[in-house]
Amino acid sequence: MGLDFSVIPKYLDIVLLGALWTIAITVCAAVVSFFGGILLAVIALFAPALVRWPFRVFSFLFLGTPLLLQLFLIYFGLVQIGVDVPAFVAGVVGLGLHFVVYNSDLFQTSILAVDKGQIEAARTLGLSRWQALRKVVVPQAVRDVIPPIGNNMIALLKDSALVSVIGVSELTLSAQRAIGSTYRPFEFYVLVAAIYYIINLVMEAVLRRVERRIQASK
Amino acid sequence: MDYGLMQRVFPFFLEAAWTTITLSVLTAALGLACAILGTSARLSRFALFRFLGATYVSLFRGTPALIQLFILYFGGPQIGIQLDAFAAGVIGLGVNVGAYMTETMRGAIIAVDRGQGEAARTLGMSRWQAMCNVILPQAMRLMIRPLGVNINALIKSTALVAAISVVELTYTAQRYIGSTYKPFEMFLIAGLLYMIIIYVVGQGISWADRKARLN
Repeated sequence: MGLDFSVIPKYLDIVLLGALWTIAITVCAAVVSFFGGILLAVIALFAPALVRWPFRVFSFLFLGTPLLLQLFLIYFGLVQIGVDVPAFVAGVVGLGLHFVVYNSDLFQTSILAVDKGQIEAARTLGLSRWQALRKVVVPQAVRDVIPPIGNNMIALLKDSALVSVIGVSELTLSAQRAIGSTYRPFEFYVLVAAIYYIINLVMEAVLRRVERRIQASK
Repeated sequence: MDYGLMQRVFPFFLEAAWTTITLSVLTAALGLACAILGTSARLSRFALFRFLGATYVSLFRGTPALIQLFILYFGGPQIGIQLDAFAAGVIGLGVNVGAYMTETMRGAIIAVDRGQGEAARTLGMSRWQAMCNVILPQAMRLMIRPLGVNINALIKSTALVAAISVVELTYTAQRYIGSTYKPFEMFLIAGLLYMIIIYVVGQGISWADRKARLN
């Protein structure tokens, strides 16, 4: 069985629709993981021990296990407790939670790296502890950590291929559908790889621009 | 929490964990080999090799490992490469992780002060001698920890071969979740085993790192 790329045009619309879903799920999960990461970092650092510990255990579990395993847990776990969500939502939750933990790790380090004098100054000016955190510390911490967070978002794009196994009709699953009717795995997976690669290049270019901006603003 | 069930299925998970370990070791070995080649290419004097090295890194880091695995395993037979799932897993993941390790190694070599190489050259060493006797011994020390990060990620990414039906930890967990409807219990068993593997490997890497720093 040789190669025959001429089967692709007929299925191109299905695959491109899948690509749109991949972008959608990446953006949604990226937003969840960004703000969730900040929230988790603040909780892990400053919340009372009783609140802090369950979150730390959660982080520990999610840092040490593969994303695919977590996706199975979330997908089947949600079904088991009777929450019937669309696969897309389960995918966003799964991907989002996985990267919440990774991002929170980065945010924690950068929050701790913000000069202590900043908090003291803010407190002296009459801000409450919470206000100082929200208005002074977190904004600086976030700016410092944008480049590695951006790398996580690029990793997220590539990991989004995994949600195909829980039935989200994104790029990978649409390719599998096309393969199901054409029996041409090589052609379609190469096509899909090329599309991921292009999205990846765009994200990298954007990230580099943002990095330069941040560098300039310092 | 169904402890009885957890106890009954545990032996099967242990067996699967062994597959995950074998897979990780072989993948790490292949990854390191690819990374040595990739790094040599990226730091070569010849533009063609540098280009090939950079293309390898960019392509394999720029596309999902899962898709690379699918191209090899499902698409391979079309171009005359017929592999069983386990071999496809090792080769697919190994070449993938090799691209990440290439960047790690290159970073460590570049991080060694330029003056060191120049000084060695001034003393009459050839490029090759300077690399082997002066730069690499220092770079090795720098690369142990970041390579450990790559290996940690690799162990977790071996879960991907569940998608091509290799019976390792994640596949086993998935199968038991499907047949028992106890996702949390199965997640805990598999997760615990993954964390033990990662912990042991992490300790080994810290030990190697300390040792390298003492010398």
